[in-house]
Amino acid sequence: MAKKPRIKVPKTAKSGETILIKTLMSHKMETGVRKNKKTGKLIPRKIINKFVCKFNGKEVMSADLHPAVAANPYFAFYAKATESGTFDFEWIEDGGKTITASGDIVVT
Amino acid sequence: MSMDKLKTKVLGRRQILKSVGLGALALAGTGLSSKTVQATPDKASEYLSKLTSGAAGTKGKVTVKLPEIAENGRTVPITVSVDSPMTDGDYVKSVHIVSERNPQPEVISFNLSPAMGKAEVSTRMRLGKTQKVRAAAVMNDGSVYTGDKEIKVTIGGCGG
Repeated sequence: MAKKPRIKVPKTAKSGETILIKTLMSHKMETGVRKNKKTGKLIPRKIINKFVCKFNGKEVMSADLHPAVAANPYFAFYAKATESGTFDFEWIEDGGKTITASGDIVVT
Repeated sequence: MSMDKLKTKVLGRRQILKSVGLGALALAGTGLSSKTVQATPDKASEYLSKLTSGAAGTKGKVTVKLPEIAENGRTVPITVSVDSPMTDGDYVKSVHIVSERNPQPEVISFNLSPAMGKAEVSTRMRLGKTQKVRAAAVMNDGSVYTGDKEIKVTIGGCGG
């Protein structure tokens, strides 16, 4: 959990260009259907249940995750470059813990 | 005489071990059956129609990209793209991915916006077994389009 999420936002882009954004978060994504082999008890569910990407405060993309998303959730998606600014990313874990990251872009 | 005693003792111990082992196996068996609240194609449809507020959707416009065969179901790359100009007047509002044969049908729901410029999202998912993965896209005018892709899974990636 201590690991920082990895994000890839292009440093520069031309106005009107469609850019590719990639994010990778280190997380076990415990499904809640797995059992502890020694005790036979179910391991409680603990996943990232929400991902949000905002540009200059406005939502670009968000996702509601379920246990069927693989461990270390990865996303790749596009955004239209219109102005310079900051992409803010947010991962919300079961229980409310939030992890954030951001990346700047200069649009010419 | 003493040798005999030893033998029965050893046997006795083996017997006990055996029966304990069997018991554990039986327990494991019941554990498995209790968790097979499996997703089915029907359940997947039911869940999808809930997300699309009842609309069954038209086939087309939605492309699901998955490998033909997943050797390991633990992490399978998936890309869903929708044929849409993504302008303020005509864009994809949400994309839902649903599994037909995982423990639960829901996989992920994306909320898209015109600021994306291109209606394509990629992630990685878990797959329990060979199955069809379905995707539905809800447009800003409320119309629904669907697409699906069959995938063979060698080793399942759910539970364990």
